[in-house]
Amino acid sequence: MLFKIYRYDPDKDAKPYMKEYDVELSSSDRMLLDALIRIKEMDDSLSIRRSCREGVCGSDAMNINGKNGLACVTSLATLKSPVELRPLPGMPVIRDLIVDMSQFFKQYHSVTPYLVNEQPAPDTERLQSPKERAQLDGLYECILCACCSTACPSFWWNPDKFVGPAGLLQAYRFLADTRDQSSSQRLDNLEDPYRLFRCHSIMNCVDVCPKGLNPTKAIGKIKDMLVKRMV
Amino acid sequence: MVNRIVTGAHYGLKDWLVQRVTAAIMAVYTIVFGIVYVVSCPKDYFEWSYMFQPQWMRTITLLFFLSLFWHAWIGVRDIFMDYIKCTALRLGLQVLTILVLIAYALWTIQILWSV
Repeated sequence: MLFKIYRYDPDKDAKPYMKEYDVELSSSDRMLLDALIRIKEMDDSLSIRRSCREGVCGSDAMNINGKNGLACVTSLATLKSPVELRPLPGMPVIRDLIVDMSQFFKQYHSVTPYLVNEQPAPDTERLQSPKERAQLDGLYECILCACCSTACPSFWWNPDKFVGPAGLLQAYRFLADTRDQSSSQRLDNLEDPYRLFRCHSIMNCVDVCPKGLNPTKAIGKIKDMLVKRMV
Repeated sequence: MVNRIVTGAHYGLKDWLVQRVTAAIMAVYTIVFGIVYVVSCPKDYFEWSYMFQPQWMRTITLLFFLSLFWHAWIGVRDIFMDYIKCTALRLGLQVLTILVLIAYALWTIQILWSV
């Protein structure tokens, strides 16, 4: 199978280039990550991030044939040859397919991604009814792979100001949590023409999410909460 | 001046809401206009001007154009916010856009009440 991979080592290369690899795959190579490991055996200078190899850690997010996804859960059978692999778009490249995620995590941290509850902790857990718990479905599963935010043009133009789909999905995850007590501060934090309202619902985030989540819907619910608060 | 990233302007919700409301007004007007057009079927300038004689037709047409200009203002401002990074240039273009849209609104009133 033929692969074209983005290569760039800032210590050696003046500019990025695409390198071709013709890889002999074995019958056990099912996922794109398997092929990347084969390529790494051929050329150990290729740099990639990977860890869990089962779509849980979110390390191996990359642009696969023009669409963001995780190499470990992308079946080779679904890919058109030659497979073109590039780093996540709009992010500073550290080397080859490895990008600098600092800005992405800065936005994630800006939404206070943890439960805020000033009440003294009960002897056991802070309990929720099954219905309250169900509100978190489709939100808590986010693995922060950055596929969504780096597919979003608003995040490309304003990565320093727009929270991005991943951060906003996390923001809603805590707004939807009945145990959290800081909804008002959270909404204050998001009510901004850049932080929240750069989202124009183009839904690239929904299209690429490897976990099948819907950040646009979560963002819509944040806007609904703001409207409810105002009117 | 220290070049820091500042956010927290605490606006945006009203604009987002206005964009939706004005879009709905424009959609409703388009249907009403379509019905009026089909019923009166104007063929020349006089028939067109006759179509806009009723006060209610002028009023809803003005409402449509005001919605369009308000909707356009928010859209254009968003484009400037994305692409024009120089604050002075962006502010200048925003003021220019507002002035042009106000001029269009006055022109619309003049046209509607002169036919």
